Amino acid sequence: MIREVLRSIFKKPATNLYPAQKLVMPEKFRGKLKFNPVKCIGCKMCMRDCPTGAITINKVGEKKFEAVIDLGKCIYCAQCVDSCLKKALEATREVELAQQDIKKLKVTYSDESGNEPPKEA
Amino acid sequence: MHNSEEFKIPIGPQHPALKEPESFSVALKGEKILGIEIRLGYNHRGIEKAAEERTYIQDIYLIERICGICSHSHSTAFVQAVEEIAGLELPKRALYIRTLIGELERVHSHLLWLGVAGHEIGFDTLLMYTWRDREIVMDILALLTGNRVNYGINTIGGVRRDISKEQAEEVLKAMDTLEERTKYYIELGLSETTLVKRLSGVGVLTYDDALRLDAVGPTARASGVKRDVRKDDPYAAYGEMDFKVITEKNCDVYGRTLVRLKELMEAYQIIRQCIKNLPEGPVTIKAPRKIPAGEALSRYEAPRGEDVHYVKANGTEKPERVKVRAPTLANVQAVKQMLKDRFLADMPIVIAAIDPCFSCTDRLVSLRQVDSKDKKTMNWQTLREYSIDWHRKQGIDFKKLNQKLKTNV
Repeated sequence: MIREVLRSIFKKPATNLYPAQKLVMPEKFRGKLKFNPVKCIGCKMCMRDCPTGAITINKVGEKKFEAVIDLGKCIYCAQCVDSCLKKALEATREVELAQQDIKKLKVTYSDESGNEPPKEA
Repeated sequence: MHNSEEFKIPIGPQHPALKEPESFSVALKGEKILGIEIRLGYNHRGIEKAAEERTYIQDIYLIERICGICSHSHSTAFVQAVEEIAGLELPKRALYIRTLIGELERVHSHLLWLGVAGHEIGFDTLLMYTWRDREIVMDILALLTGNRVNYGINTIGGVRRDISKEQAEEVLKAMDTLEERTKYYIELGLSETTLVKRLSGVGVLTYDDALRLDAVGPTARASGVKRDVRKDDPYAAYGEMDFKVITEKNCDVYGRTLVRLKELMEAYQIIRQCIKNLPEGPVTIKAPRKIPAGEALSRYEAPRGEDVHYVKANGTEKPERVKVRAPTLANVQAVKQMLKDRFLADMPIVIAAIDPCFSCTDRLVSLRQVDSKDKKTMNWQTLREYSIDWHRKQGIDFKKLNQKLKTNV
């Protein structure tokens, strides 16, 4: 008993030391969405199939579209990824999406921002 | 009720012994329970109505969120019903993957239950052990589907994700570990004196009562009722699987524990068979967006018992009616019988023994017009009128509100 107690004192914790050590998400993980404006043809199938109405496709110019994704509304089912005919949407493995400011949860992907870190609306 | 001998105490809607809000009004004489009144409805979320407002594809994700633990059960039951109406013939590989995920879910649910049951009787070591092992199966589910809960693997016409050879290997490896640990729990369940003595003779539900009260799942099987949808009315790939329906004759909480433990062993066997016989081929077929008019009833053996979904289609993109009968609704009536003439201290474990999921259960709220003479049930139209009237009286101007909504859009 005492030996067990002493051993437990010097053992390293069984849990992950989170901020320093991060878990890698599995390959099929459905995280934050990524939008490629070049591929989008504006069919809006993703908008039609989204269970929560988290995604909006806006026309910004001739054959140019931007996507506004509300990360607070998104349930990360990735149905839009399946629905997209041109594979313009993609689910990443990003999970750390918490924000202090509610406005930062709305992310706009437009042509200028491309695949760079999206500018926040 | 407040005479000297008999009194009523409310347990719930908020109570430390309950994991979810539900109200039990217990009539007591000393420590002895004379009767229980159960009142459901604290978790009503209007999911059935919401399902009618959405398309079939959106509904899959909504229905999946009825329950956090048996989410695959609900979504599969719903998708099966829709596929039946649409007359879709699914590829074999999709059915096998559905079965595989279903059994993995059963493993995680039963391990979770075992921990909760241990916790309710003060055997917290068991809780720590089983929940540690549950992590293994949760990780496997995340590996196969992409998420630990709400797997999102079902779609109308198949499954959304395929299983690779490496992943199949991982599953088999995990099954070996889990089988070894479960063997230990079964040995523990058969020999640990405190466990046996605390659970034997508690919450007795005889064979006749189980039939009369329509108990389902492990609750019924522990009373000797050999009823399992997987065998009686095989869905997905269960028709090709070789497994036994576990029954016990103990009729008490101890019997229910043994049934669940032995079902775990059967689940490992089914998972191994799924991986071994996994047919090649596609995992989805194209499904129409508009489902032709028709209706279907779909049955599914969830970890807690039989789950029934009814879907009525009217030829559009949205279902006309979706009805869900969760297993807890069938079992909760049996709790009354189990606790009659028993002690109050048995209540937490007896309620926990049916593995209740009250948020699955709360499907229907009937509204009665108390102020009218005939106390009629309110239908949707009258309820709508009543609510508009009520808000007008509060001074809300609907014209302004409508304009505001329009400008916002």
